[in-house]
Amino acid sequence: MIEFINFHLIPGIVLGSIYALGAIGVTLTFGILRFANFAHGEVMTFGVYVTLTLIWVTGLHPLALLPLAMAITSVLVLGMDRVFYKPLRASPAIILVMASFGLMLMLRSVTQFSWGVQLQSFQPGIQRPYVLFDALRISPKHVIIVIAAIILMLAVHYLLTRTKIGKAMRAMADSPELARLTGIETEKVIQATWIVGASLAAAAGVFLAIDTHVETMMGFKLLLPIFASVILGGVGSPYGAMVGGLVIGIIEEISTYPWIGDAPLVSPGYKAGVAFAIMVIMLIWRPSGLLRGRVF
Amino acid sequence: MTAVLELDDVVGGYGETQILHGVSMRVNQGEIVAIIGPNGAGKSTAMKAVFGLLRLASGQVRLAGEDITNTPPDQVVKKGVCYVPQTANIFPTLTVEENLEMGAYVRNDDIRPRLGEIYEMFPPLKEKRRQVAGTLSGGQRQMVAMGKALMLEPRILLVDEPTAGLSPKFRGEIFHIIKDINATGTPILMVEQNAKQALAIAARGYILVDGRNRLEDTGPNLLANEEVGKMFLGGGA
Repeated sequence: MIEFINFHLIPGIVLGSIYALGAIGVTLTFGILRFANFAHGEVMTFGVYVTLTLIWVTGLHPLALLPLAMAITSVLVLGMDRVFYKPLRASPAIILVMASFGLMLMLRSVTQFSWGVQLQSFQPGIQRPYVLFDALRISPKHVIIVIAAIILMLAVHYLLTRTKIGKAMRAMADSPELARLTGIETEKVIQATWIVGASLAAAAGVFLAIDTHVETMMGFKLLLPIFASVILGGVGSPYGAMVGGLVIGIIEEISTYPWIGDAPLVSPGYKAGVAFAIMVIMLIWRPSGLLRGRVF
Repeated sequence: MTAVLELDDVVGGYGETQILHGVSMRVNQGEIVAIIGPNGAGKSTAMKAVFGLLRLASGQVRLAGEDITNTPPDQVVKKGVCYVPQTANIFPTLTVEENLEMGAYVRNDDIRPRLGEIYEMFPPLKEKRRQVAGTLSGGQRQMVAMGKALMLEPRILLVDEPTAGLSPKFRGEIFHIIKDINATGTPILMVEQNAKQALAIAARGYILVDGRNRLEDTGPNLLANEEVGKMFLGGGA
């Protein structure tokens, strides 16, 4: 039992928090700009490398540098919107999806060209976990990641329910046409959406890098579980994305527990397949997702 | 009488298709003006022309004398024109109060006094202010849509078929609300299918046919007009 908690449940919650943060950005973009943003994974990777560079320069802890990294990532994404997405505002969604696919490839190449493709890490060395009650092992970095993720999710909740721009984001997700007729500045709402998405993407990437390592494909590898989280929670629903992310992260990790016999139920190599399977099942069984999002 | 809104020989449509072939109308201070006409006459399109939702090939739209021809919708809102579309006129996943707050989006001052006035005008909304608007009945949704538009204290309110799809009981209620709103001094331009009820509360009316003005008179005169009676009022709508 204790092994289940230490090596499956806790890592599952950590991974789930990371997925949730990434999924909020994708689902908001889907709700407000109406397209699946394939470049989101590379935005995460970019946020990680910005943080890595800031660590080289300042020597500070990645968490202390995160706000600055979020801001820089937001600037990049606002620039991408201005140059690539804005001219396509009136185009069909599939054109925007393809544009984001192109941006994904471009941004990855820029990252690889600028920082190299070798494996790196934020902090060399191994951290000792806290041991509670002689058995429960929790690594300090996991505690930090989960707390920081909860704070960010609460911030998103506050933004969406208490601020004018956040409510306007939800209004525009409901009906862009009516938002325009109401006098809501839709371009401003779109920019706010990109800033929230980019900031959370940078945070998710940095948390994953704190937990594991830094490499140029890390964001792309997150894209499938994040899309699965978005669909599980309900497309366009930020709260669905939070729930979906946590569920996918936890299920991925506990699927490798030896439920039957001594061998892992699912070989760790196939973990990503679990997210994919959940996505397919949801699309067949309940395409509107757990929290009743949109069906496109 | 001073005109709040004037359309002057407006010609326009969507893309290549012309729908309005020269429509002129005016709404004076304090008036309810009804636009009546058969399907496809360009009633809603005329209203959208005011709101900058279609490009006009020629003609002019003036708000209190100021030329607002082809001004984009968000700017028209800022000038004090509010528009309640026929369908999709509320944000269904937002609460009633959030819908009203969005109606006041372009205001930067304290909106609470206005919110109180709107709740006084529509008591059921106060009760349900924390409820998600999409779960309300058709009549109450229409109240949210109107309340949302009124949050700005508009100089003129444009209402597109407010009673479409409502039961006769709610229809009467909506016409009541429109009269009440007008009684507070807001001029109203409305498009209506229920010609009889609309003309009964309207100071003046315009009959549009094929994108052109066909008739223009006071509400009572149009109700008494034989041609109008034959065209629209026969069925006892």
